Amino acid sequence: MKRLKIENLSFYYDKRKILENINLEVPEGRIFCLLGPNGVGKSTLLKCIAGILKPNNGRIILNGKDLKKINLNELSKLIGYVPQNVRPIFSTTVFETILTSRIPYINWNPSKIDLEKTEYIIKKLGLEELAFRYVNEISGGEWQKVLIAMALVKEPILLLLDEPTSNLDLKYQVYVMKIIHEFVRSKNLIAIFTTHDINLALKFSDILVLMKNGRIYAIGEPCSILNEKIIQEVYDIKVKIIQYDNSIFVTTESLAL
Amino acid sequence: MILLPESIVIQYKKISWKKYLIISSLFFCLFFAFIISLCSGSSYITPSEVIDILINRGSEFDIIIWEIRLPRVLTAIFAGAGLAIAGATTQVALRNPLASPFTLGISSAAGFGAALAIVIGAGKFIQSYLGGIIVFSYLPLIISAFFFSIVVIIVIIFLAKIKGATPETIILTGIAMSFLFSAATSFMQYFGTTEQVASIVFWLFGSLSKASWIGFWTIFFTFLIISIPIYKWSYHYNALLINDEIAKNLGVNPEKLRLISMILSSLITAIIVSFLGVIGFICLVSPHIARMIIGSDNRYLFPTSILVGANILVFSDIISRIILSPIVLPVGIITSFLGVPVLLYLLIKRKKHWY
Repeated sequence: MKRLKIENLSFYYDKRKILENINLEVPEGRIFCLLGPNGVGKSTLLKCIAGILKPNNGRIILNGKDLKKINLNELSKLIGYVPQNVRPIFSTTVFETILTSRIPYINWNPSKIDLEKTEYIIKKLGLEELAFRYVNEISGGEWQKVLIAMALVKEPILLLLDEPTSNLDLKYQVYVMKIIHEFVRSKNLIAIFTTHDINLALKFSDILVLMKNGRIYAIGEPCSILNEKIIQEVYDIKVKIIQYDNSIFVTTESLAL
Repeated sequence: MILLPESIVIQYKKISWKKYLIISSLFFCLFFAFIISLCSGSSYITPSEVIDILINRGSEFDIIIWEIRLPRVLTAIFAGAGLAIAGATTQVALRNPLASPFTLGISSAAGFGAALAIVIGAGKFIQSYLGGIIVFSYLPLIISAFFFSIVVIIVIIFLAKIKGATPETIILTGIAMSFLFSAATSFMQYFGTTEQVASIVFWLFGSLSKASWIGFWTIFFTFLIISIPIYKWSYHYNALLINDEIAKNLGVNPEKLRLISMILSSLITAIIVSFLGVIGFICLVSPHIARMIIGSDNRYLFPTSILVGANILVFSDIISRIILSPIVLPVGIITSFLGVPVLLYLLIKRKKHWY
């Protein structure tokens, strides 16, 4: 069974501590969600795992291999990463953009396999109509799908998504999370995403990781760990939890001062 | 009968074929320009005579073709191509449509190097019979110009090493260098004699009348050495277009790639500018024209830019020789006169996806 193991990970920016002593184990086929207030280090943790930032201490082990000892190209084949809010300056077509993500497999020219995998993922994500449109002519939701397609076309075993639903309307939020669910379940991926939307996290994650001040504050199944008290401790705001249809929802108290 | 929709891969291949067709026609266009360029000049030689001289020598025009026009047109082809690939790489690596090796101060530094050589008397010059100034003894000039271009590259690398090779660091350092060397050149001109100032100004106009076989071979080999790796990394540059994080996740080291790109494109620009003077605009305009006709996928953009750049310089050179014949205008003036209307036309017709 594939798994990701993070041991004693710390990250400093200059001398400011961002992440301290993170220990986390993520098995395949389950979606982990990092939740916590702004600046708590959620994105930094994802970037450390993706190899974009170098942690100051600690080890990240994927499938028994220390990521520090894997070369960039191999690492790229293992990890698919979806960053927040980016747009290219000169835009290529959707097909070309997704094909670019096959870099770790391309030597001089993309092979037949590269082209076929690109087509497969385009169809899977329902982007056929847009395949030859330029990426700055498509909507924010469609671009988010392209970024996810870029992460998936490499056929990684670990999927990292930094706020995949920010800037998306309700329909796309659900659509994007459904795609992620489908791939994680069917291909047995290891998956971690971050979000600011507590209700989205409740609905779509299997395991919730609550973070506070660069540390993991609580971890467990969403319904069992989230309560009014813990949210107040982490977010410093009073909330109400409402039960409806066997699900729970978090809402802030009224604005009356 | 039901028509099945074409597979996406087949559609992609069809689009690729169209792009190859565009690239081939630019190549054909360049060949056409090459022949015209060999024919035209103060004495007209017919195309069939030109081809005859190229294959078997032994005509009265041998010297004109082999010693004057051929090195000139070949230099034009590879200087245009080299400036274009340098511009395309810089724009993509710095993620900035306005960036070019010229904005990085390469040309100002080369200009200063040449001015210094002229003022200290390393480059000899005489008044030509047409009223222009002809600079003799190029070699010290070329070496001095090249040396100062390399100084700029080293300063940029040094700053990038200590502050990180972000586009902002590189562009700001380049602009600073550019102003510094322009000021230093003005200083030289202020204290130079009239003849020296005239020579400096003449050198600063990029001109193909300085073309020689040695210049051609130097430019040609540098062009080959820098464009092969750039072409191989075209998908890496595609990733760099989105952002550094995406590039890193695809196994590309963005800072290293950016720095290597700066070195390669500055090197070819430094060599071209040292031999020919400042030929502006091709760096900036060729990649944009190429982008407008073929799109931004660097796999196709790089070869297209190269061909557009070569075409612009060869055609500009032809025009510069015939428009006020027998006076030959500096080609740098014509490239701007030719490039600006093309760019403006394309800007008016521009589509949203260009940038």
